[in-house]
Amino acid sequence: MAELKDTIARIFPEATFEDGHILTVCIPDEKWHEYAKILRDNTDLGFDFLVTIVGMDWKDRLGCVYYLTSTKNNSHLSVKVTTDNLENPMIHSVADLWHIAGIFEREVYDFFGIVFIGNPDMRRLFLDIDWKGFPLRKNYDESEDNNPVSTENERQSDYTDTYVELPDGSVEKRQTRVFEKDDFVVNIGPQHPATHGVLRFRTAVDGETIKKIDVYMGYIHRGIEKICEKLTYPQTLHFMDRMDYFSGHPYHHCLCMTIEEAAGIEVPRRAQVIRVLMDELSRIASHCLFIGTFCMDLGATTMLFYTLRVREQILDIMEKTCGARMTFNYGCIGGVMQDLAPDFVADVKALLEVLPKNIKEYNKLFTGNVITKNRMEGVGYLSKEDAISWSVTGPSGRASGWACDVRKTDPYSIYAELDFDQVVKTEGDSMARFKVRMEEMEQSARIIAQLIDIIPEGDICAKVPKVLKLPVGHWFRTVEGCRGTFGVYLESDGSTSPYRLKLVPPSLTAAAAVDHITRGNKIADLITIGGSLDYIVPDMDR
Amino acid sequence: MFDFSLLTEWIGNFLQETLGLPAWLATTVECVGVGLALLLVYSLLALFYIWYERKLCAAFQCRLGPDRVGPWGLLQSFADMFKMLIKELISLNHIDKFLFALAPYLVILASMLAFAVLPWGKGLQVINFNIGIFFLIAVSSIGVLGILLAGWSSNNKFTLIGAMRSGAQMVSYELSIGLSVLTMVAFAGTMNIVELVEAQNNLWFIFSGHIPAIIAFIIYLIAGTAETNRGPFDLPEAESELTAGYHTEYSGIHFGFFYLAEYLNLFIVSGVAALLFFGGWMPLHIPGWDGFNEIMDYIPSVLWFIGKAIALSFIIIWFKWTFPRLRIDQLLTLEWKYLLPINLFNLVLMVLVIVYNFHF
Repeated sequence: MAELKDTIARIFPEATFEDGHILTVCIPDEKWHEYAKILRDNTDLGFDFLVTIVGMDWKDRLGCVYYLTSTKNNSHLSVKVTTDNLENPMIHSVADLWHIAGIFEREVYDFFGIVFIGNPDMRRLFLDIDWKGFPLRKNYDESEDNNPVSTENERQSDYTDTYVELPDGSVEKRQTRVFEKDDFVVNIGPQHPATHGVLRFRTAVDGETIKKIDVYMGYIHRGIEKICEKLTYPQTLHFMDRMDYFSGHPYHHCLCMTIEEAAGIEVPRRAQVIRVLMDELSRIASHCLFIGTFCMDLGATTMLFYTLRVREQILDIMEKTCGARMTFNYGCIGGVMQDLAPDFVADVKALLEVLPKNIKEYNKLFTGNVITKNRMEGVGYLSKEDAISWSVTGPSGRASGWACDVRKTDPYSIYAELDFDQVVKTEGDSMARFKVRMEEMEQSARIIAQLIDIIPEGDICAKVPKVLKLPVGHWFRTVEGCRGTFGVYLESDGSTSPYRLKLVPPSLTAAAAVDHITRGNKIADLITIGGSLDYIVPDMDR
Repeated sequence: MFDFSLLTEWIGNFLQETLGLPAWLATTVECVGVGLALLLVYSLLALFYIWYERKLCAAFQCRLGPDRVGPWGLLQSFADMFKMLIKELISLNHIDKFLFALAPYLVILASMLAFAVLPWGKGLQVINFNIGIFFLIAVSSIGVLGILLAGWSSNNKFTLIGAMRSGAQMVSYELSIGLSVLTMVAFAGTMNIVELVEAQNNLWFIFSGHIPAIIAFIIYLIAGTAETNRGPFDLPEAESELTAGYHTEYSGIHFGFFYLAEYLNLFIVSGVAALLFFGGWMPLHIPGWDGFNEIMDYIPSVLWFIGKAIALSFIIIWFKWTFPRLRIDQLLTLEWKYLLPINLFNLVLMVLVIVYNFHF
């Protein structure tokens, strides 16, 4: 880290530093775009992966924290860019450097009202266009009169704003069209069988060929980040099950880990093993569901029932231990809630026995089928560079040849001791994304098989104070969720509830990349591509 | 084997001679009777097919399927159809009301007409045409008109895309159906349905017609599946892409008509396959095995026909619950680049077989 600090200090004389788990660099806004380009392109730095942009309101100033990762050097960096102007806050956009920044900046604009100069599409991302105020600001008026429940139809605009900096330094607002004037726009969603939830694509088509897709999110936006600011730390945990509701365990794991790191709690070995077991079990269950629903999107309905058979078995195991089948709420700060059910080991062994047979059956019924190959091979190609630039992590990113498994690149919990392979394919098409998940199930089974016989005895939870206060500071942790890298940014002001809790879901970036991947493909391919990216709407909306 | 013409002639005689009706009135009464009987059989068969597909699909998917209403859930589809009958026909604004209402009737009319000329049993034939099979192909093409109208008049982008797909698909696959039927017509030397069946007295065409008949059968089955808009060719109503395709906006019995017609088309396609390749109502006869042939003759001809049709439908249903859906360009590629040339080649092959007397 010291080396990185020296390099950056040499290149950016204006920068100031804050130490922490990840090195933080403060850069003035005027220099930000120029420096960002250097951060991305300089070979020593090479920060090509923008993990997230955290909008912040420090009461006296507004700003963003950019989390950057270099995929080559596997180094991490956070950049703080702030503005003192609370009335009319503006920061320079980096949407031209990292594709995904365009969407991240829209989210920050939506919640903090920070305008990004140069972003081509400065609309709200989650909230209505009529929404008054910026909800995550600390001085936001929460009364119902401010934003009454609307009884009218949702309004939408065909126009978007861009803010352009003129040579004399002033900023001009311009309006541009989202679609061209004569485009035939088909509205796919929010109620549509293949959007996997309430997501909406406004799709401009030319015959059956897609010209452009405009993604509308936020139909199940619940404001989890805002709600968490009013809850104590243990109370925030249960929201993690309600984001990626097909696999809550890794998300729980991530938030628990962040809070434990901040509070300096040592988690007992038994709890660590149980957490990893649960993570991997839910990864198998989640991939099973992916295969089933994806095949159903392609019209092969029967596969869904075959995969659900395995998923059911896993959910039964979870139910015995966690008491729930979907919203487990199993992890807690310092360990896990309950001990394993008495027949857990036997049940998991039974699962490990049937799993290989089932995977073989799936391949026989679906993967080798000539129609399947025609529908999936070469459809929805995403290159490695684009996957990184769009921050498409998880199995989808690995299908494009980007080895981005957090369990390998930044091992947490006990993953460093385990023997498993990172599944990486280079084809980058829908078939590769499908196969990566298929093979990941085998790898997860391998991890479970290593652990199931050596679950250590001992406590399942560390001693945690009844009233948990975290020291002042900020922390950022990522885990490998079932659909990609899930991150938690936690900022504490020393009280019992978080000052700011930012959740970084993998589905948001996957859905944002749909437009890029589908252009020029057929409408039917939109379904294939959307299915193969495997996004979950409550996850992206939060 | 019982000849049903005895029964039909008896009815004719009864009306004209015993009751003393004039000829025109007797024919009218007969027509009305036949029409009613057909309607009844039509709806019963459709209901049976819905149950049949649900049960089969359940078996493929490790489920039980309907099993609550009636024995083995047999009455489930009756209950469903009754529900559909009493449902409201939701009237929509901004649509072409006349065409919107006309479309389902066109679809059901097409399948009714095609249904009527099927050979049900020995002597059990609505009308003995000399161009029977040609008529069947002609009237079944009206269906695509209904689907196009439904998609167009609904004033909805999804239905329009569904209808366009359907138009492209059905017009293309009609060619394959036509050509494979033509192959068999060339082999039999007649378009008359009764004569087609009688010609298979010794051996079904699929056996006597050698390789070209088998090729024609496979192509017919593929094209027939596409023609009925069933998976893997169910693009016009691909529910994961277009919600319900051309019939998205329909409700109540108008939707029911599309639904019934879809299942009946499945029966018609398998019925025509049975007629052209498996001898229609003709029992399985093997030359030289007289005892066996006689035993086969004891099974009523109606059962032979319906049994064959249901067995062939099983294959088409099996397709649907196994394969994923094709994409529109792949679907058209399959037809124009593969099926059509193979079909033309097959026709030539069949002509050679006929000319050089290679067949049995």
